[in-house]
Amino acid sequence: MHEMAVTQSILDIAIDHARQANTARITRINLVVGALSGVVDDAVQFYFDFLSQDTIAAQAQLVFDRRPATYRCRKCENTFHPEGFDWECPACGALDFEILSGREFEISSIEIE
Amino acid sequence: MAQIEIGKKILSTNDQVALQVREVLDQQGLFGLNLMGSPGAGKTSVILATVAALDGALKTAVIEGDIASRVDADKVAAAGVPVYQINTGGMCHLDAPMIQKALAHLDTSEADLLIIENVGNLVCPNAFLLGAHCRVLVASVPEGDDKPYKYPAMFQDTNAVVLNKIDLLPYIDFDLDAYRRLVLSLNPDAALFPVSCKTGEGIQEWADWLLETKAHE
Repeated sequence: MHEMAVTQSILDIAIDHARQANTARITRINLVVGALSGVVDDAVQFYFDFLSQDTIAAQAQLVFDRRPATYRCRKCENTFHPEGFDWECPACGALDFEILSGREFEISSIEIE
Repeated sequence: MAQIEIGKKILSTNDQVALQVREVLDQQGLFGLNLMGSPGAGKTSVILATVAALDGALKTAVIEGDIASRVDADKVAAAGVPVYQINTGGMCHLDAPMIQKALAHLDTSEADLLIIENVGNLVCPNAFLLGAHCRVLVASVPEGDDKPYKYPAMFQDTNAVVLNKIDLLPYIDFDLDAYRRLVLSLNPDAALFPVSCKTGEGIQEWADWLLETKAHE
């Protein structure tokens, strides 16, 4: 994934909302990262430390709320959390699933002073 | 200290521009196709074969995306198709702002179909919407039949897989039935078209699907 571009987006969204609230400092940015999103937390932190310098988000804490992938088996309706790339349904063994969650990558909220 | 609720997707900047691109395409009656695939899979060959098979049923314009060179745009231009070449200079995927800019340089007034050939890459293009109506993945037999395991998101999000180079099946370990089952288990709604741009096999079925898909848009 393109952590620099997405980190810049995180920063832009956070600063935009903070400015609307007329605040001088963002102290925390809460992110939701699905297991299937392809986002690497360390890379986001690395770029954030660099890109947030001299902004109202400098020194803000990034919080990564990691959500597991959830699949639903199309054959037997069982929902399960896949381990790595074992995608077979643990109940019936079918390889036929839909993804219910795990692709999320969102900024859920920020904390400001 | 206060909390501000946001709840916003992070790729939203590109997605917003993609919506604008889509509006422009809809206003012009242009059906947009985002054509993705590994380097050398045969994206440009599929474009040329498609134009030939459509035989004027849809007038086509093309946006080419590459890090460097006009190799692909030159081939498309030689076939008489209006084309604009984007050189990203290093970016490994096209994004919606690039398409917005490219549209200003391309004469699409006569066109019904806009094919955007993305940068050769099975990873990054998947996350960057371009505002196209349809996503198509060009895969190829020499790449191997395990690619859906290794690049699941790309296979899950595509509308169709054009599996090129089936003329090489006698020479390569590729289980076509297993591949079909794997693609459909990841994406039951995907249409799979085994083709050979070299021999022409399977191209008409793919072109017919494209015509039908555009008609339903």
